[in-house]
Amino acid sequence: MTFTGFLIYKALLVLIVFTISLVIAMYSTYAERKVAAFMQDRLGPNRAGPFGLLQPLADGLKMFMKEEIIPNVSNKFLFILGPSIAMFTSCVTGAVIPWGGSLHIGGNVYPLQVTDINIGILYIMAITSIGVYGIMIGGWASNNKYSLLGALRASSQMISYEIAMGLAIIALVMHTGTLSLNKIAAMQTGWHWNIIYQPVGFIIFLICAFAETNRTPFDLPESDSELIGGYHTEYSSMKLGFYLFAEYINMFISSAIIATLYFGGYHMPFIDRLGLSDNFGAILGIVFLFSKIFFFIFFFMWVRWTLPRFRYDQLMNLGWKVLIPLSIFNVAFTGTLMWIFGRIH
Amino acid sequence: MTQDHLQKYLFLVLGLFAVLSALMVVFTKNPVHSVLYLVLAFFAITGEYILLNAQFIAIVNIIVYAGAIMVLFLFVIMLLNLNKETEPHKNPYLKFAAVITSGLLLIVIVGSLKAADNAIATPYQGGKGLIENLAEVLFHQFLLPFEVSSILFLAAMVGAVMLGKKDIK
Repeated sequence: MTFTGFLIYKALLVLIVFTISLVIAMYSTYAERKVAAFMQDRLGPNRAGPFGLLQPLADGLKMFMKEEIIPNVSNKFLFILGPSIAMFTSCVTGAVIPWGGSLHIGGNVYPLQVTDINIGILYIMAITSIGVYGIMIGGWASNNKYSLLGALRASSQMISYEIAMGLAIIALVMHTGTLSLNKIAAMQTGWHWNIIYQPVGFIIFLICAFAETNRTPFDLPESDSELIGGYHTEYSSMKLGFYLFAEYINMFISSAIIATLYFGGYHMPFIDRLGLSDNFGAILGIVFLFSKIFFFIFFFMWVRWTLPRFRYDQLMNLGWKVLIPLSIFNVAFTGTLMWIFGRIH
Repeated sequence: MTQDHLQKYLFLVLGLFAVLSALMVVFTKNPVHSVLYLVLAFFAITGEYILLNAQFIAIVNIIVYAGAIMVLFLFVIMLLNLNKETEPHKNPYLKFAAVITSGLLLIVIVGSLKAADNAIATPYQGGKGLIENLAEVLFHQFLLPFEVSSILFLAAMVGAVMLGKKDIK
């Protein structure tokens, strides 16, 4: 592969990942309303297009057409920077996720991953921790007490749950022995999914993923009954759309990360025994990964329309007094098991 | 333009960016802006780390400094609601003392760096900051000091909790 060819292939991959993230996030809004309608015995959106399938486009158009209001007293640059950071951080995480195996075309190998950096998991942690800025800056620049309170809630919640998330990942990394997402996905062939080896770590990671994406039951930053709208109270038009949209992209990306880390990524049991060709296997792998992702996106929605919101002290108690000790115990337990089975020398 | 040239220019641009944002931290009036400039400076330094092939240090720099410590700074500043109008005028003696102490710190840093052997960092080579090599150093060579430093952190945490308590029994 020439250098130019390499650049074109990577650019194409970035474009595809970006487009898929946006389209899936767009249709997640539709799916969310349909799931909510199903659970509450309603019909949900059904006016725009067949089955209401054009509803996300109509919503997007509405967002663009709305009047844009920037409060006089707020800091204009930071006010615009807030949603931009939120959107940026939710879009760049997809770069390290292996979306499938490798395609073999014309003697060249094309891995279906934008970049396989050797610290992939830490990259995700770093982007998550940067994501706090979007909310904090937006909430502060709005110059509104509800926004500020929402931003403070959001950032303290995200910082608290990042710790437990990191500790859950440490136990996983101890088991896998690598920080590269590509290797973690590749080693879960057949039924050797990490969920079997790290069930406790998975539950901690899942709960923290809910908290990091500000989804119910952890949606305190924007709880409308207490804070009007939380950190995006002052936002209107597409800037508000960016914040809401970033949440859906985050949901998609966290589902992808959960599927990759714990549910075998693009692997499915017994498929490797069918003796399929490499390319067909890779394409099938993408299908498997996306079916897992869609299940987790559905799971996010299922939980949202089932569980009530936590109270703030309950949230902090769960984070600091339950999840963090549990994850430390999980790290110690994993270490002990590895020592017993002779994987540490 | 070869790769070497590109790396050299990147290094210079990032260095300039880091110094400029560090200066802005000091010169800007609004404390929230100071913190945000400091975050920018950290990002520039992270870029330098990546140029030196130290990905682990680079990413930990973002996670720990930009992602955790600076968020806490921002937190405190937002809660205190420090604005440039309400900022109290500092005692001139305090300013004088601050200049002297930071000057002394500068002398110490320059002195210690002068004494260090003059290793030239070659861009994108070496790999001292890769996770395997760093783990080798931390968990083999300097295991005891590394673990002892964690006790230091624990002591600081316990101290902070004690100070935060309203009534100590």
